Amino acid sequence: MDVLSAIGDVLTSDATYINALTFAVFLAFGASGEWVAERSGTLNISVEAMLLGGAFAAAVGMDKTGNELAAVLIAVVAAVAVSAVQANMSHRLAANQFVVGLTLNILVLGLASFLASELSPTTSKASSQRIPLLADIPLIGAALFDRTWMFYLIYAVVPICWWIVFRTRWGLELRAAGENPQSSDVSGIDVNRRRRQGIYVVGITSGLGGAYLVLGAVGQFEDSIVGGRGFIALIAVIFGGWTLRGTIAGCVLFGAVLSFRLSLPALGYQLNGDLLTSLPFVVTIVAMSLFATRVRPPAALAQPFIRGLK
Amino acid sequence: MRAGHEPEAAASETVGRAGTSSREPVRRDHDHGHHHDHHHGASADQFVPELGTDGTLTEEPHAPRPDRTTRDRATAVGEMVGLYTACIAAALVLSALLVEATGGSSTEVFSALLDGSLRGPGRIGDTIGVAVPLLLVALGTIISNRAGLVNIGQEGQLYLGAAFGAYVGTRLDIAGPHVLLLVLVASVLGGALWAGIATVLRYRRNVPEVLTTLLLVTIAAQLVGYGLKNQWLLLAPAEGRSNRQQISEQLDPSTRIGRVTWFGNEFPTSAFVAVVLAIVVAVAMTRTIWGLRLRLLGHNPRTAQRAGVAASRYGGGALLISGGFAGLAGGMMLAGGDFGNYTLVPGFPATIGWTGLLVALVSRQRASVAILIAVVFAALRTGSGFLASTGVERRITNVVQGLLVLALLIPPALLFLRQRRRALNSGRDRT
Repeated sequence: MDVLSAIGDVLTSDATYINALTFAVFLAFGASGEWVAERSGTLNISVEAMLLGGAFAAAVGMDKTGNELAAVLIAVVAAVAVSAVQANMSHRLAANQFVVGLTLNILVLGLASFLASELSPTTSKASSQRIPLLADIPLIGAALFDRTWMFYLIYAVVPICWWIVFRTRWGLELRAAGENPQSSDVSGIDVNRRRRQGIYVVGITSGLGGAYLVLGAVGQFEDSIVGGRGFIALIAVIFGGWTLRGTIAGCVLFGAVLSFRLSLPALGYQLNGDLLTSLPFVVTIVAMSLFATRVRPPAALAQPFIRGLK
Repeated sequence: MRAGHEPEAAASETVGRAGTSSREPVRRDHDHGHHHDHHHGASADQFVPELGTDGTLTEEPHAPRPDRTTRDRATAVGEMVGLYTACIAAALVLSALLVEATGGSSTEVFSALLDGSLRGPGRIGDTIGVAVPLLLVALGTIISNRAGLVNIGQEGQLYLGAAFGAYVGTRLDIAGPHVLLLVLVASVLGGALWAGIATVLRYRRNVPEVLTTLLLVTIAAQLVGYGLKNQWLLLAPAEGRSNRQQISEQLDPSTRIGRVTWFGNEFPTSAFVAVVLAIVVAVAMTRTIWGLRLRLLGHNPRTAQRAGVAASRYGGGALLISGGFAGLAGGMMLAGGDFGNYTLVPGFPATIGWTGLLVALVSRQRASVAILIAVVFAALRTGSGFLASTGVERRITNVVQGLLVLALLIPPALLFLRQRRRALNSGRDRT
């Protein structure tokens, strides 16, 4: 069987896992923060803008300072600045969150490509830090443990996101704001404040994600570097049924699909990339419609909260 | 994003009600959607005691204050105009500063934008050609938004509509003037079908339409991409295109939308259709029972249900119509000639769907305002083509557009918030 041997070849090649995880980890940076924001009730479509802002700022920071740590910090600052606009416009001024999100996507794309043509930052790929022993595990060892230090941040980001949402009072209030803002408000939770903070979390993680994309995965900035993958990070959260486990699984799946598109033809196999790419999205929709009781969005997702209305 | 929570309704009331709002009794009752409605028009001398939720008399009559409505209205309008002017000016100044800070000349950039969109010979025609699909997408979005539904998948609906149109126009062996009509009908059906999936899932399986429409954007892009790789679907025959080019056949001249030339500006006749449709939508929304029911559904689904408005019928219909409009926009882009030269290519929608959604939201669900906003956004798009001569990256128009939208969002939001605060405070004073 041609198909089976193709799959076999792919599954036994180190490059497959390395490529898949490169995409997956980039998505996971965006998606883990996005998951926090969605649990608070914001369908934050400006995660695309935050990733792009982070990527651009990391490139400029690396070009100007030459220090990777400084570049990553600058990326986080830039992405948080984008998230501050989203948070305050949509959850302080009560402007429609989709208008703000779409606008930010346009605005940041414009800013990044305009400034990139002015500053033309030059960067190169960061060197990888091999973790002894673990990196020698066959197949997945190199993909997981022979990476730049920015990649390893994901091992901290995901547990931290889970911990602050499920093991702190802040997280409880945040989830309450996403499920029932009216009751949360009555019990003394500042709903819009929690939602703004949720968006700042996306800003932080997307800043890291953008920096990883430029310095750890691609090596240089171009304005199509994110190219709609922010939306895929958002969809990974939906795919995961608003659980962090599922979200990360979604990121790995989407990452694998994105990289298969590149690696299968390279191994000499023809495949139908379009149908393969749309498969996870179809699966997401089907899962949502079949398991409506288990795959359930936060009840107040994408609904604004204005005290006294409703 | 439920229409009932939009600042619009309340902000427009500020104009007429600013003077009276502080003596409006406000009941903080979460079961009632709009407390304004309960007391609207009840002046102090007609006061009827009312029982609160706990069964006690909650309100005391207040002495009427001198009527200052006219002056307040003038002040409020002045305030609104002032705020808008200040915010738009700030957005433009910021963009200019950005250009200047990077060594460009802001006057050159703005003049190039004007040349590219309005002043250059024939450029108004191009701007109109871009504004048509933007307006059509926005009109559909206005209808579904009014019904309280959040359709954010216009980009996909538009693409699928264009693909259906291209299939009918190039693959079916039919000819004649009526084919254009068939192409457009197929586009409408394509868009409506794509929104229809979201509709069915929304009302049969209770899946939020905001998620499904978003997911369907990507699926539509992949589906049409698949069609453009296969000759039995959309791909043009091998002769007449380079080997790996993914492109549909060109529409036959008889199935194209006619183009007219006014004062040297050539634009497709679909512009007239779009304007007529804008008027139809505006009238339908404000002057028909159907529009009233849709708005009722959008403002308060529970009240709507009690008033006999079936959510699945009216909301579902609105979502289908909104998809149909996006599909029509795709069909008119294909047959109008301003995009893709009468062929379907990968990336055909060129973010028109997203921008059209933005037009609808910025115009705050008013069809008449949407015409203006669509033209402004189209002008930024066509104007960017002339920026190359100034040496400034053309995406600067994205920045201008983004800042303008943010500027347009701030004044209504501020006025709305102030009105909410007053309403809450006046309620608190008397409890």
